[in-house]
Amino acid sequence: MQAFARLLDALSFQPARNAKLRLIETYLKETPDPDRGWALAALTGGLDFPAAKPALLRGFGQERIGEELFAMSYDYVGDLAETLALVWETDPAAGPPPTLGEVVETLQRATRTQTPAILKRWLDALDSTGRWALLKLLTGALRVGVSARLAKQAAANIGSQPVDAVEEVWHGLEAPYRPLFDWLLNDAPQPRSNAGGAFMPAMLANPIDRAELDTLDPAHFRAEWKWDGIRVQVAASGGVKRLYSRAGEDVSNAFPDIIEAIDFEGVFDGELLVRRETAVAPFNDLQQRLNRKTVTPKMLREHPAHVRLYDVLWLAGEDLRGLSFDERRARLEAWIAEKERPRFDLSPLVSFTDWTHLAQQREEMRADGIEGLMLKRGDSTYLAGRPKGPWFKWKRDPMLADCVLMYAQRGHGKRSSFYSDYTFGCWRDGAEGKRELAPVGKAYFGFTDEELRWLDKWVRDHTTNRFGPVREVEQKLVLEVAFDGIARSTRHKSGVAMRFPRISRIRTDKPAAEADTVDNLLRLLP
Amino acid sequence: MTTDTLNPRSWLYPTPRGLYCEPGDFYVDPAVAVGRAVITHGHGDHARPGHRAALATPETLAIMRTRFQDMPDTVQQPLKYGESVRIGDVDVGFAPAGHILGSAQAVLAFKGQRIVVSGDYKRRPDATCPPFEPVPCDVFITEATFALPVFHHPSDAGEIGKLLRSVATFPERTHLVGVYALGKCQRVIKLLRAAGWDKRIWLHGGLLSLCKLYQDHGVDLGDVAPVSDAILETFKGAIVLCPPSAIADRWSRRFADPIAAVCSGWMGVRARARQRGAELPLIISDHADWPELTQTLKDVGAPRVWVTHGREEALVHYARGIGIDAEALHLAGREDEES
Repeated sequence: MQAFARLLDALSFQPARNAKLRLIETYLKETPDPDRGWALAALTGGLDFPAAKPALLRGFGQERIGEELFAMSYDYVGDLAETLALVWETDPAAGPPPTLGEVVETLQRATRTQTPAILKRWLDALDSTGRWALLKLLTGALRVGVSARLAKQAAANIGSQPVDAVEEVWHGLEAPYRPLFDWLLNDAPQPRSNAGGAFMPAMLANPIDRAELDTLDPAHFRAEWKWDGIRVQVAASGGVKRLYSRAGEDVSNAFPDIIEAIDFEGVFDGELLVRRETAVAPFNDLQQRLNRKTVTPKMLREHPAHVRLYDVLWLAGEDLRGLSFDERRARLEAWIAEKERPRFDLSPLVSFTDWTHLAQQREEMRADGIEGLMLKRGDSTYLAGRPKGPWFKWKRDPMLADCVLMYAQRGHGKRSSFYSDYTFGCWRDGAEGKRELAPVGKAYFGFTDEELRWLDKWVRDHTTNRFGPVREVEQKLVLEVAFDGIARSTRHKSGVAMRFPRISRIRTDKPAAEADTVDNLLRLLP
Repeated sequence: MTTDTLNPRSWLYPTPRGLYCEPGDFYVDPAVAVGRAVITHGHGDHARPGHRAALATPETLAIMRTRFQDMPDTVQQPLKYGESVRIGDVDVGFAPAGHILGSAQAVLAFKGQRIVVSGDYKRRPDATCPPFEPVPCDVFITEATFALPVFHHPSDAGEIGKLLRSVATFPERTHLVGVYALGKCQRVIKLLRAAGWDKRIWLHGGLLSLCKLYQDHGVDLGDVAPVSDAILETFKGAIVLCPPSAIADRWSRRFADPIAAVCSGWMGVRARARQRGAELPLIISDHADWPELTQTLKDVGAPRVWVTHGREEALVHYARGIGIDAEALHLAGREDEES
């Protein structure tokens, strides 16, 4: 546990990706099984035990040093787990600190009533970094800036394997992943992939614009709509049925309607959508279904999920990734024609004669649920990652609105001293016919570092009111906001919500009174 | 020792210029230039230039001469630990404070009442100065820089181990270690030596004169050299010490993909360490942490405690809880940030 704690501690302060990788690699090489496997599970979000409640931690702290001193301490530190880790004193008589394996295996077995006593014993035995790591593990939020993908990359690196080779076998494995380390470090054979519903690393596209298209030969490319949902992989074999995000995260639990509808074996690449009758629902509707541990029958009824298929990677025991796109497409079309499956359909190809023709279709297609076009070379094999050349995404141009800055909030991490989160509004008629601003969105990117410094200063110089980390500012700075879509929303005062808003320009040249109105935005609704 | 009728505040009290001792007509660590000053140690928020007369340990006076161009206009009166001198109606003595080279607690006695102005202090071993000596007294004036129960400075050896482990993990990079020029710098060098690091340690120009002073006082720093002397040196795998401000300075661009380590007691709190931009925070402090502060109140056994610069509130709360008559004492010119 101490070694794992030192790793988390070092990761939490290290901003650079390569340095993070080196730290994880060193840890994985130096730490014996099963601890390194549990660590990998923790970093990839694969550990699950009943979370400790904040009240438990606060109670521990108050018991130790009294209510007043604990309150002063928490007020100073600002993080409950860290405060408790710091105020608790190591007891030299407590014996050796637990190993990570011991912690994980004990917690998985322990009942809720047993946990506090076990926890106290460990807090006594660990040092403050160890306590911090333990409490972070228990409260379910490591927040050390490591994605599951990065952790897998580090694991792959210690065995000089590409990360996709690890992704490929990942879902056939369980923590603490002994066969994985035997393969990576001890010359054991690669664990079997697709033993049952394993993930096949996704192929991704690079963005392209109209000008770049002219350097490409349209005859080499196939076009299809880029649906505005979530890219997924449907994987079923050996009785195992799973739905993965494009990063390989298993999201089956949130979509039992899809899982139930799988009556086949195969691995398919597609877009997850909410579909009513024949119409694709706005992205907002899909969002309701995400990140849920349990799904209510009402949710299933009102937000039915659907997968629109783009590609087939594995079928009837055969890996098809080495075939060309055209060949895979023929297999996919034949498979679809075999049997009607209401939860699955085929994403159609868009036929075109030249780029101008395609551009015209892209312009005309204002239907909701379409983000733009995908362009795929007919001869492209299915490669993991984002290879340059075979696949492109040509997104619809963003919508733009001139909005007025209303509030700014300090950011996090590197930006903690900058006002970097901006809430902006558009005009509407308020009470007594007076024009007023209604907030229409919030954005925290799109600007350069230099613009951020400028905005930060502007906010500080034009503050009219403060609410904790939030400042209200004079209503005079116009921001051009770009966004990918707009939907009605009952949660926003203005009645509309922007999709993926970002600051595209600072309009110091434009008077605030000339910014857009809420009515202007409503006209953009699909 | 105690005279019940004498109010200690009647002969030692804070003024805008600093803590003033009336029957001796002198200030302790004044914030501005005064006629007569008693100086506990050489840090900038305690030792200032321009006094007509200054009483301090010989080491502290040497530090002040190094920092203030020899101080030709100040009458310098050295007083060793354990010795005592009478100023006006007050007996003034020094006891080691364990903070940095030459650091002392000022022990003031008047009409049988004794007040100890401890200045800055710590209780753990430091190879560059003698350890803190508890002096029984009627009033103990304590600092409170790290006076919250969250401050438990870990072992120095463990923190230096963190640095050496990082050097081993990233052998192709330079480790830039931000240290305060007086005290922290030399202590970190001694800790590195004790941990077995016998390679050359590189120094920023701003650290040279005080390192030389420590060496002249018999503190062996091993092989140290200024960065500016380096010829054909890539600094890969090297440890370079510099003032914390130099890490973000253009000066640091000469090094190989540097890792910013910062040595300070504040590094124990993550948000503070991030604010300072530390990639490798090392919790090494020359100030007492919470257990040391509370232990010191017990060791000194003073019935009254005045708490100054830092988080007075928590220490006052604690002291009252164990039956000490404690209050906060607000002194001019104390900086909270260095440690």
